[in-house]
Formats: sequence, structure tokens, C-alpha cells
Amino acid sequence: MTTAIAVEAQSARKDYGSGQFAVRALDDVSVRIEKGSFFTLLGPSGCGKTTLLRLIAGFETPSAGKILLGGRDITYDPPNKRPVNTVFQSYALFPHLTVAQNIGFGLQMLGRPKREIAAAVDKMLALVQLEDFAGRKPQQLSGGQQQRVALARALAPEPEVLLLDEPLSALDLKLRKEMQRELKRLQTETGITFIFVTHDQEEALTMSDRIAVMRKGNILQIGAPREIYNHPKDRFVADFIGETNFLSGTVEEGAIRLTSGDLVEAPTQGRSGKVTLAVRPEQVRISGAGDPGSLAATVADSVYFGTDTHCHLRLADGTEIVARLQSAASGEAGLARGDQVSLRFEAGAAQVVDE
Amino acid sequence: MADTRFSVSRLPGFSTIAVGVFIILYLPILMLVIYSFNGGNSIAVWEGFSLQWYPKAWNNEQVRDVTMRSLTIASAAALISTTVALMAALGTTRRKQTKGQTFVYLMINQPLMVPEIVTAVALLIVFAAIKVATGYQGLGYLILAHSAFCIPFAYLPIRARLEGMDLTLETAAGDLYATPWQTFRHVTLPIVMPGAIAGLMLAFVTSLDDVIITLFVKSAGQDTLPTYMLAQIRRSVSAEVNAISTLLLVLTVILLTGFFLLTRKRT
Amino acid sequence: MASLAEQRAERRTIRNGWLLSLPALIILIVAAAGPLLIIVIYSFLTPGSYGNVVWEFSWDAWVGVLYSRDIFDGTYKLADAHLSIFWRSVKLALLTTMFCFVVGFPTAWFIATRTPRARTALLFLITIPFWTNLLIRTFAINQIIRNEGVLNTALLYLGVIDEPLVIIYSDFAVFLGMTYVYLPLMVLPLFAAIDRFDMRLLEASYDLYATRWQVLRRIIVPIVKPGIIAGSILVFIPALGAYVTPRILGGGRNMMIGNFIELQFGQGRNWPLGAALSVTLLVIVGAALMLYVRASMRTTNNG
Repeated sequence: MTTAIAVEAQSARKDYGSGQFAVRALDDVSVRIEKGSFFTLLGPSGCGKTTLLRLIAGFETPSAGKILLGGRDITYDPPNKRPVNTVFQSYALFPHLTVAQNIGFGLQMLGRPKREIAAAVDKMLALVQLEDFAGRKPQQLSGGQQQRVALARALAPEPEVLLLDEPLSALDLKLRKEMQRELKRLQTETGITFIFVTHDQEEALTMSDRIAVMRKGNILQIGAPREIYNHPKDRFVADFIGETNFLSGTVEEGAIRLTSGDLVEAPTQGRSGKVTLAVRPEQVRISGAGDPGSLAATVADSVYFGTDTHCHLRLADGTEIVARLQSAASGEAGLARGDQVSLRFEAGAAQVVDE
Repeated sequence: MADTRFSVSRLPGFSTIAVGVFIILYLPILMLVIYSFNGGNSIAVWEGFSLQWYPKAWNNEQVRDVTMRSLTIASAAALISTTVALMAALGTTRRKQTKGQTFVYLMINQPLMVPEIVTAVALLIVFAAIKVATGYQGLGYLILAHSAFCIPFAYLPIRARLEGMDLTLETAAGDLYATPWQTFRHVTLPIVMPGAIAGLMLAFVTSLDDVIITLFVKSAGQDTLPTYMLAQIRRSVSAEVNAISTLLLVLTVILLTGFFLLTRKRT
Repeated sequence: MASLAEQRAERRTIRNGWLLSLPALIILIVAAAGPLLIIVIYSFLTPGSYGNVVWEFSWDAWVGVLYSRDIFDGTYKLADAHLSIFWRSVKLALLTTMFCFVVGFPTAWFIATRTPRARTALLFLITIPFWTNLLIRTFAINQIIRNEGVLNTALLYLGVIDEPLVIIYSDFAVFLGMTYVYLPLMVLPLFAAIDRFDMRLLEASYDLYATRWQVLRRIIVPIVKPGIIAGSILVFIPALGAYVTPRILGGGRNMMIGNFIELQFGQGRNWPLGAALSVTLLVIVGAALMLYVRASMRTTNNG
């Protein structure tokens, strides 16, 4: 049995401008988003993630392709005819309305009876823990509180899909961490499909069921957070999500010969010739010089970060590799510039990626 | 900050000139108001405090007549110009600039650029011909002319308000199931309202102040308060004019205070 | 390529923009811009005997702007009376603009360097006269400077003078009145420009050994120049076309273009000449506006 699909984009394309100034913001993107999941569109600014979100919300019409909601074609429906609500980056709370009126706005527009609206507003206020602020104006609230009102307002009409456009970017770090957990809780409690747009990889990894990494109007890889982190498909994904060491080498009898001359065991995925290896810094291990079966390296620099220390190492040919060592671990404090060490990668750590 | 011995922003003599300017700006107006309470008819010799000129002006049937006409024209012109200016502001702001928009801006600001006397003469020519052709001699001409030159004054605060408005609010309303009309009614209009009221007040004051265009457009017996006063000043000087001026002044200050409070409370 | 739906949506936005602007445009074309075209036509017609025009083409009005025809021998010579009215108008408008700047700049600077609360209050104080009836303000000046006015009465009473100073009904009175009336129009844009001025530049200038005068000339004036130009235009244009102030303070002899135009439509009964004079005034104002646009474009390009 296949799970139900909440939203589907079929070769969605969006061009801005015309003639020689035309910019393709979205390049025939197709994606299926499962019902009840927390789906994240992740990528740098200008990658098309917000454009895709706006196509789903109905704020823009695609230049080509289709948008389906629960299997129904909604490509040309105006936003007020779509059971989809948005949490805006700037929150877009109505300044002339109270918190309660803001939350009840959607239901009021749908012509629901007053009693039903009042009940829904109370329920939402409780859900986002703002019961005491019902009569306030948005300007009288803190950034975090405004964020909650925006969430409650978008959830009140019980949409099929909730769209979130970088909603946490205006909050400070501590509040952001708190809201990340809050969002995840709300999603689990309501069971509504969340489509979340962000450029923050950590945000994406902590909250999502699935992540789509986007670049230049295309989706590069879709998968669960662990899958994307551990098995990045190409160099961009590996680099964008977490820090990564890239090493060039050539395939040689089921292993890879680095430019430094060292031989590294790694799944070659049937490739031959020149390849790029990606290794996460926390999967690099350091031991004393001359350890058999490991790579010889020189310490170039060591930077202390509190919980961990970043050790910059140089291989025989000058290739630089960063190792992230836990500060508590024995030995890291003894490393000094110029020390000769051995390094090796944890099993399965080295991944061949597309350029 | 002002009390440091060397203030970088201080320039010698500037404060003195500025204080002088404020005094000179208000002294003549103040004298005018003071002499409206004069016991005698002189506008220079003080003959004791008296309120006589106010009831005198009020009992002057002609004064009442021209005041009513001025208020009628100003109300109508303010309402018309604010309505059309609001529509134009909705049509011109908050979207991609086009060549047509430059034309609209130019047209709207045109009354500010052309000397009033030229517009007055032009309107005299056109309306004289229409008066002959249609036989209609009513207040319509004055209301139309006033509406036209009030449009830029009504448009300015409305446009400022609309440009300060976050467009995402309308997107958000649409996202929350509001139809375009509901979006206008429940979101855009309430947010623009302070600007519209401010525009209404400025248009009202502008219409109430007009002399030149009214002078050329009015038919016989259609004097407004300013044209009546102009004729009075020419004829003989009576403190009655001071009394009328004072009342007009008070009305202007009240409207302006309202305008100030409305536009200052921008969030 | 944009899809059909996108093109349709864009066309709809543009059409709605026009539809919304339409009522305002109609009113403005009927009662402001349109009639301006008609005065151009009227300037080429023949005056009627009792005002209005006869629909016969004639250059006379345009010739009459600068020349007058001798009734006896029919020769044309420069009309001194007309020229002196033009000269007086331009001279008074320029003097007014300059003097407004001289006193308006310190005033705007003073306002801009106060605390925020004082600034709001002072701005309000400048705005009130701006919106107060022009007629009332001119009338107030009239009451001060007329022969039997407050100023003369006080000076006579104090024994400073033996007979009243004759100020009213002179070019000087008109200049005084126009400066008084149009001063807020200079102060407001100057304030707007100075308000944006970064006061830290002054610290930098003094730090680099500039004197107060050098700071004013080399730093402040060049940077607030757009405000100076805007203020000058805002004063010059209404001053050039002034009607009420010269009428109340200048008397019958010290006419400006505005009064001269009115005369043609009243006792003069020469509508085409009035129309030609109006077009002339419009052209001068247009030229001033062009200079303004060019000057402000240059300053924005530099900055």
C-alpha cells in the first residue's frame, strides 16, 4: 500500500521577467509530499524553495506544469479557494486586529458561525499557549509570541497543508531552538502536513520527516534527514548539509587511490577513473604517527571551539583535511603545529559523491 | 546632548535667526486675533476688550450665506477628491512601475505645478462656454474645480500610508480565504483609513482656503468666505474680518491637529 | 516565456490600475489639465468687444505680450508697461526665494537639530501657517504695515517717527508679504534634507581641522542641495504667479503677472492677451521645473 499524497508538483516551472532578462526560478520540479509528514525544502537563497511554496499556496501561477492537492488539480485556483494556509516569514499579522481576531480571520472569511469561530480561537490560543493575550494587538507582543499567533492563525481553519516560509529566521538562537520543538509538537498533535522552507540545515535536520535539497531551481536529493546527511548524493548536498572534507582520487581495484598516494577503502559504486570522496570531519580519527593502515599527516593548525577542537591536517601532497575531535578525548590537547600523526576514516565514512 | 560645550551641530547665529523666524511667523497672526477682540473698530488702536465682532459677524446675513457656501463646497470637494484619490492610490502604488503610472503621477501633481492664476483663467474660459451652452449656473462648477486641485493633497497621505503597508498582509488575507473584496474591506481599508481621513482634512482645508480659482469660476452671487473677505479687505477695514479670520484659523488648527495625530501614529 | 495565465494576470493588474485611476484622471482632465490646452487656442483668437473672444485667428495677442501698437501711426514698439510688470514679477519672485533661503535654512537647521519631541512640535508650528489661509496671512501683514497699522501707531506713539512710514502698496511690501507667506514652503523641504544629513560627518570634518564656515560651505550645503533646490522651486513658482499678495499689499500700481492676467479678463476685456500671458507664465514655470529636474538628477547621480 502506498501512503496518501497531500501535495504533488508535476514539472512545475516558474520564469520571472521575459526575453533575455528571464530568470528561471523553478526548473520543471516534480515532487510528491506525503500526507501528515513534516516536509522541508532546504537550500540557499534563490534556489527556488520559496517559489515552489508560493506556487502551492497559489500566490503565483506556474509558467508550466501542475500543482495537485490530494490528487485534485489546483494549479489555477486563487489562494482563497485552496485549503492551504501559510505562516509568513514576516508573520503578516493584521496590525488593526487583536490576537483573537487575527486567529479567527480565516474562519470569519469562510462565513462560519460566530460561536464556532470563538470556540476554534479558544482552542488555538490554548494550543499555542497564548490564552492571556487574546485581546492584545500584534505590536504589543514579542517576536516569539507573534510567531505563535501566526501559527495559530494559519492552523485555525484546519487546512490540509500548512506552509511555513522561513518562519523562524527572525527569532534569536535560543527562541529558535524552542520553536523548532514546538513546531514539531504541533505537527504531531494536529497531524497536518507541514511544508517548511528554510536555508538552515540544522533546522531541517532536527524537524523534518523528509528533506528536499534544492539548488538553482532544481531538487538535487530527497530523503530522510539521516539519509541525506550520511549519503549525500553530490558535492553540493554534502557541502551544504554539515561540513565535509572533499578528497580527489582514482578508482583502483575496488579502493580509491588519493592524490597523496594513500589508498582508501570505500564503496566505488561501480565507478572508475577520477572520483571525489566526501568525509565528515567528526568521522576522522587521529592516532600516533606510524599507525599501520592509516594515512600519514602533519598538523597544520588546531582551533579550540569549547566542546570540540577542529584539527587541520595536511596529507603528503598538501591536501587539507579537517578532523573534529571531542575536546574531552585524550590527546587532542597535545596536538601542536608540525606534529606528525596518523589519520583514518571510520568504517563507511568515506562516500563517493557526484561533482 | 545639547549641553556639551562644543556641539558639532551648532552653527553660530542660526538659533537666533530661527527664533526670530518663529516670532515673526506668529506675531502678525497673533495681532490679527487680538484685534478681533477690540472694543473699537480700529485694527491698531486698542479700545478695550470686547466680543462684539463675533455676534456682529454671525448676524451679518451675507457672512452666514458665504460661510455655508464655503462649507458646502469644501465638504463636497473633500469627499469627491478623497474618494477618487484613494482609488487612484490603490491603482498606482504597490505594483510594478509602468509608463502609464508616470502619466498618472504627473496628472495628479499637475495642480501643484501650474500657477493657480493660469488654471483659474483656463477654467473661466471653459466654464463660461459650458455655462452659455447648458444654462446651468449652479455650484457644480466650483465643486468640480475644487475637487480637481484638492486631489494631490488627498492623494499624498493616502499614498504614503499605502506605501508603508506590508503587501504580505493582503496575501495573508487571500491565503485565509478572503475574496479580493473581503481583503479590501477587512484589511486594506481599515489600514489605509488614517491616511484617507488625513487626506480628507487636507483637501477640506485646501478647498476652504482657495481664493483665485473660486474668484474666476464663481457665477454672480456665489461668493465664498475667502472671496467675500477679499472684497471686504479692499473696501474698508473692519474688525469683523478679524473675527471671521480668527474663526477660520481655529478651524484650520483643529483640522491640522487631527491630521498630525493621525499621521504620526503610524505603526 | 510567461504562460498565458501569467500574461492574463499581468494584463488584469495593469487594467485594474487604470480603471482605479480613471475617476481622478477624468476630474483632473476636465477641471485642470484640459482647460490649459484651451487657453493656448484662445491666445490665437480675436478679442470680443464685451469680453470673451471672436473665433478669428490672430497673432495680435502674442505680439501684444511684448509690443504695443501706436494708435496714431500704427507702428509697434516695446511695451514698457508690460516689460516692467514682467521684470517686477521675476525680480520679486527671485528676491523672495533668496531671502526665504537665507532665513529658512537656519530655521530648518535649528528644527532638525532639536530633540525628537521638540522637533515634532516645531515642525507643527511651521506647518500651521503653511495651511492657514493665504488671504488671512496676507491680511495680517497688511494690518501690521499699513499707514494706520500697528507698526506705525506704535512708532508714532513712542515718538520714533513724526509721520507714518509708507511701506504698504510698494514693491517692498509685496516682497515682505511673499517672504512671510511662502517661508514654510522653503523650510519644510530643507528640513527634510537636513533631517537625513548624517551628523557624524560634522564630527569627521571638525576632526579634520575644518572651521565652522568651511563645514557649512564644503560639507553641509553640497549634501543638502536637493532640499535647497526643492525649496527654491516651491517658493519661486507660486511667487512668480502670485495674485493675492500683490493685490492686497501692492495696490493697483504694483501689479505682478498674475494681476495683469486677471486685468485682461476683467476691465481689459482682452481674453486672448490674457491667455497669451498665461501661456507665457506657464512656459517660464515649465522652464524652472525643467531646471529643477535636471539639477536634482545631477545631484542624485553624484551622490
